[in-house]
Amino acid sequence: MTASPRPSAIAGLAGRWIGLAPFVLFTGLFLILPTLHIVIGAFRGTDGEFTIQNILDLNTPTIRSAYWVSIKVSFLSALLGCLIGFAMAAAMVLGGVTRRIKGPLLTFSGVASNFAGVPLAFAFIATIGPAGLITAYLRTEFGINLRAYGWNLLSTWGLIVTYLFFQIPLMILIITPALEGLKREWREAAAILGATGAQYWRMVALPILFPAILGTMALLFANAFGAVATAIALTGPSLNIAPILLYAQIRGDVLGNPNLGYALAFGMIVITGLANAIYIVLRFRAERWLK
Amino acid sequence: MTKFLAWTAILLGCLYFALPMIGMAEFSLSMRRDAYSLDAYRVVLADPRFQATFLFSLAMALVTIVFGVLLVVPTAVWVQLKMPRLRPVVEFITLLPLVIPAIVIVFGYIRLYNTSGWLPLTGSVTGTNILLMFGYATLALPYMYRAVDTGLRTVDVATLTEAAQSLGAGWLRIMATVILPNVLGAVLSGAFLTLAIVIGEFTMAALLDRPAFGPYMQVLGANRAYEPAALAVIAFAITWVCMGLIGTIARLSKHKGA
Repeated sequence: MTASPRPSAIAGLAGRWIGLAPFVLFTGLFLILPTLHIVIGAFRGTDGEFTIQNILDLNTPTIRSAYWVSIKVSFLSALLGCLIGFAMAAAMVLGGVTRRIKGPLLTFSGVASNFAGVPLAFAFIATIGPAGLITAYLRTEFGINLRAYGWNLLSTWGLIVTYLFFQIPLMILIITPALEGLKREWREAAAILGATGAQYWRMVALPILFPAILGTMALLFANAFGAVATAIALTGPSLNIAPILLYAQIRGDVLGNPNLGYALAFGMIVITGLANAIYIVLRFRAERWLK
Repeated sequence: MTKFLAWTAILLGCLYFALPMIGMAEFSLSMRRDAYSLDAYRVVLADPRFQATFLFSLAMALVTIVFGVLLVVPTAVWVQLKMPRLRPVVEFITLLPLVIPAIVIVFGYIRLYNTSGWLPLTGSVTGTNILLMFGYATLALPYMYRAVDTGLRTVDVATLTEAAQSLGAGWLRIMATVILPNVLGAVLSGAFLTLAIVIGEFTMAALLDRPAFGPYMQVLGANRAYEPAALAVIAFAITWVCMGLIGTIARLSKHKGA
């Protein structure tokens, strides 16, 4: 390595890199550069000078509440998605429910986790919207007016219930292999040492699964945080959440400051980036046991 | 006891998933006051904007798939053969579209490739279509790369390539007649997943102002009652068919491998 590289070595190196050129060019131009442009724009003033004023300007009631509602919806839909998805996956793998359910449930999960966006919103409007199937049924058959009980599909909880339709299946798809990776020997060893079923779960299974569960939750959080289409189709531009605010800003500069739009987008990257970093770290830890 | 709890979890979960399916199906059939009918489907299918936007998105998906395959397969082969140490880096880059929200990426496109930039793609219709295709290829990159990379690991690329080379084949020929047939299953899986993603995609198409199926559905949803439910059923059926085909491909290639 101390000698200067011979010309053929340089040619060889260039030859090796040439095969990667299309990939580098494409991801550079259409993934990295656009993202960098946003990040840099977030720290630029109107004359192109460096400033953190844009980031500070995010601290308005509207933007604060948009982020806050977004984080709330993403967190709660991730938490509930994890709990329900885990319960269903555990029931399927360990609960003694017939094995025949596994194939169909996993196939359905594959479909449902990809069934996001505009059509998903339509399905929920048709079901528990103001004139939906369940809403109408409860009203005519039981005289229950869901609206009087505070139910509104076009709200934070409406969004959460809708997002669960792709969050739960995603959890099932990711956690099922982890549950199947729990070794029979661990349970038997615990039983021989006198552990009850609850103790086995509390002291053996859950600590092993915990990184996988928490990591998946971070992934689900990021998944919900970036979702635009479902929210717009469900509520229109009325609900103040970060992606919808950014959408309106891109369409018509509603914030009245283009650089503030960059800062808003930058904030979203930071939040999904953090969630994914947590996912990667925890996934790494989870794989130590579940091989 | 465990069994009872397990069945409760499964049944409640299935109820949650079944109700919106039933709701949307029932709603899509109730356009006529007194009886179930396929009127909503008839209206939707006869709408010229439905046909135009659906065909646009379908064409977009096909072009994206072709582009994605041409980009991903050679890259994955190259990384495996020549620069295996770079694999984690390339893998990391392909996963970035799952981290950066699509709306942020398209925001970058709009600011970077507008008429005042050095690459004014949004200045013309063709340019915007190409930009949208690149955007879709970016969205599909994580799935496409993972599928192809997993497929490649099951074949001995190095030996196959050397054998082909010693028989006098060039790279183009090796890719088309040696590598591609071996990872066809993986490529098709990636292709159908791409189709499922692109066909109803909303954010990028709407912000780039292209007449795609996703924005059409959203506009219809804001103005009509029964047609959106029919659209949802159609979209769900498409997703189901795509996933079903992926499952079938996986089963078929497993049989072949054994």
